[in-house]
Amino acid sequence: MIDFTMIWAAIIAFGVIMYVLMDGFDLGVGILYPFAPDEESRDVMMNSVAPFWDGNETWLVLGGAGLLGAFPLVYSVLLPALYLGVFVLLAGLIFRGVAFEFRFKASRERKGYWSAAFCIGSGVAALAQGIVVGSYIQGYQTENMVYTGGAFDWLTPFTLVTGVGLLVGYALLGSTWLIMKTEGAVQDWAYRMAPRLLAGLLGVFLIISFWTPLVDEFVRDRWFSNLFVIWLLPAGAMGCAYLVMRAVRRRDEGVPFVATMGLFIFTYLGLLASKWPYVVPPDYTLYDAASAPESQAFLLVGVLFVIPVVLAYTAWTYWVFRGKVRVGDGYH
Amino acid sequence: MEFDPVLISRIQFAFIISFHAIFPVFTIGLASYVALLESLHFKTGNPAWAQLSRFWTKVFAVAFGMGVVSGIVMSFQFGTNWSNFSQATANFLGPILSYEVVTAFFLEAAFLGVLLFGRDKVPRGTHLFAACMVALGTFISAFWILSANSWMHTPAGFEVRDGMFHVTSWMEAIFNPSLPYRFTHMVVASFLTGSFVVAGVSAWYLLKGHMVEANKKALSMCLWMILFLAPAQAVIGDFHGLNTMEYQPTKLAAMEGNWETQAGAPLLLFALPSKDAQGNLFEVGIPNLASIVLTHHADGVVPGINEASPAEQPPASIVFWTFRAMVGIGFLMIGVGLWGLVLRLRRQLYEPGIFHRLMPLMIAAPFIAVVAGWFTTESGRAPWLVYGMVSFSEGITPSLTGWMALTSLIGYMAVYAVIYSAGGYYLWRVVKGGMEDSVPDNDEAGAHPKRPLSGGGPIGNATPAAPLKGDWT
Repeated sequence: MIDFTMIWAAIIAFGVIMYVLMDGFDLGVGILYPFAPDEESRDVMMNSVAPFWDGNETWLVLGGAGLLGAFPLVYSVLLPALYLGVFVLLAGLIFRGVAFEFRFKASRERKGYWSAAFCIGSGVAALAQGIVVGSYIQGYQTENMVYTGGAFDWLTPFTLVTGVGLLVGYALLGSTWLIMKTEGAVQDWAYRMAPRLLAGLLGVFLIISFWTPLVDEFVRDRWFSNLFVIWLLPAGAMGCAYLVMRAVRRRDEGVPFVATMGLFIFTYLGLLASKWPYVVPPDYTLYDAASAPESQAFLLVGVLFVIPVVLAYTAWTYWVFRGKVRVGDGYH
Repeated sequence: MEFDPVLISRIQFAFIISFHAIFPVFTIGLASYVALLESLHFKTGNPAWAQLSRFWTKVFAVAFGMGVVSGIVMSFQFGTNWSNFSQATANFLGPILSYEVVTAFFLEAAFLGVLLFGRDKVPRGTHLFAACMVALGTFISAFWILSANSWMHTPAGFEVRDGMFHVTSWMEAIFNPSLPYRFTHMVVASFLTGSFVVAGVSAWYLLKGHMVEANKKALSMCLWMILFLAPAQAVIGDFHGLNTMEYQPTKLAAMEGNWETQAGAPLLLFALPSKDAQGNLFEVGIPNLASIVLTHHADGVVPGINEASPAEQPPASIVFWTFRAMVGIGFLMIGVGLWGLVLRLRRQLYEPGIFHRLMPLMIAAPFIAVVAGWFTTESGRAPWLVYGMVSFSEGITPSLTGWMALTSLIGYMAVYAVIYSAGGYYLWRVVKGGMEDSVPDNDEAGAHPKRPLSGGGPIGNATPAAPLKGDWT
């Protein structure tokens, strides 16, 4: 008997980290907008992500649909629990999404509004996603598989800190992406931004690491039980942070981005290890939340065939737009 | 004051989907048109096709962008406002929507990047391939979402255990009874929408004498499409109606404004349906015609709305009137197709005249028809989310309060007001800016000169707009 639920847990976990890494850097580019040296740099920054953002964001839609397909309970508890936060997240994504088209079509006087929409939209979306992470650590009040908490349970000092953490993290991904994809003034500026963002991110990490065991008994027991092997995850994250720092100092172009992705992956695995096997903490595990086996099986057949194809042509588009984005590069 | 979360959530969903629906319906048609233009250019090398392709790709990009952002909102609405419904139907809808994402959305998004930004970076054949993949993606997407929607109208292939739907036959569930009609009706609607937009803009350009060669071609193509598709749509709609009579008789009764099941029902041209009176306050109709249309017998039996108890009746006047709006516009479209044929036979198709002035106004028609048709079919389902199985009040999110729903409704309205007025304005600027005159066109990929101003600057100041005639503002 194949354990579909476990396979689906792996697929959803993969989808989520794909989203975080891929939309992370283009959201990060938006977050960095106000600090860019000049308007021309902003054009370059936007052009560096314009061919990819739509595909990146599709991983979020897959996360939503995939949860409904494989773990409907997560979908039907988290979305009501985060109701107003979801609205804020979507509003942010809407504004930054249309900014790609509108900013280049606006007159010179109005361009600034769409730069602001791109930046604020990206920032709000990142903050909202970080708050989701924090609320997940906090857990959700449920009864009979239905959310029974209030409208603002997700908004606490702790979730605000995790929100800021993801905001800074995405900005770091954005800055290292720009190191890789640009040159000249924009790249120099990105080189200056990256270490500051890294320092900020490590600061937030430190706060969260001390705070989380205080917020949640389960997490504390998990980390201070005899499962010492999980301490390799934060160690890996610290190693990646060191790599980013060293690569930026050496002015490597590709390593900072890759190492930042590593930092995210280790942190993400650490988060999963903290709560495993709960998907709707504190009451429901993966198995409680799973959809019918025949539904999981039906979807699995397609996904196993299609996802490799998706990854292949996605990789191909990144290859088509490889190399540096230059000032004055044509828009479509 | 107490707000009803069910009512506000319904308004919110109707609001969001009405805005969302008009974009895919346009972009499905337009994506195929762009792919066709790319193929014609690839095959003939005629620069007129490249001019058209470049221009309509720009329009496509703006419309697609707005469709994408409103689509993301849609995909989260099920969970935020209708979580009990989501939970109950997840075993079917979850896999279907996931299939839509993995087979369609990724395809569209990845190849859209190449279509929009890759013209100078990939070989022309590859660029054509990207255009075809985007078009294919729009069809695959339409198939899955209409399968999901049709299943909610005509559920099949499932059994209910412990309040959850469990799929017993994927074939029966996916290819449920109303899918073939709904899918065909929607695809043809998309082609008609695309045709009317392109025809309207082309006619307007011809009036202005802008890019005459290319726009003649575009107008001619679209009028052929309208000539054949508008009548075909009427036939498909008729078949869809018969399907509705079989599976959703109450909805059909509301469309006809027919309260009592009766033989020899009249076709009502005008009526004021009233739920309180359980009948029409006033009606004008043609005797027996509804029976003839629906059953092909003068005394065929047509179902009545009051077969359902008042609590399970759809809002009869909304269904009745939106249906008439859709059908009326359909006949108008057939008329436009025939008028175009007459002008063509008289060799007057390209002579600026009243027809060319009318066509730009007709751009609104398919959009109104789509939204009206959408209201007919969705209001006609009330009070059911899954027809006869899950009602609105059973599907609502339990923790949702009226003020939360209202807050997000007002929020979405404010966001959409800004986004869609800006989008409409930029679409207008793209059209006003006109098509690019000299298209740099080399066969070798990468050999194209960079065009620093084509998008980097405002449309009005960009070089391509300059060659237009003086009266553009």
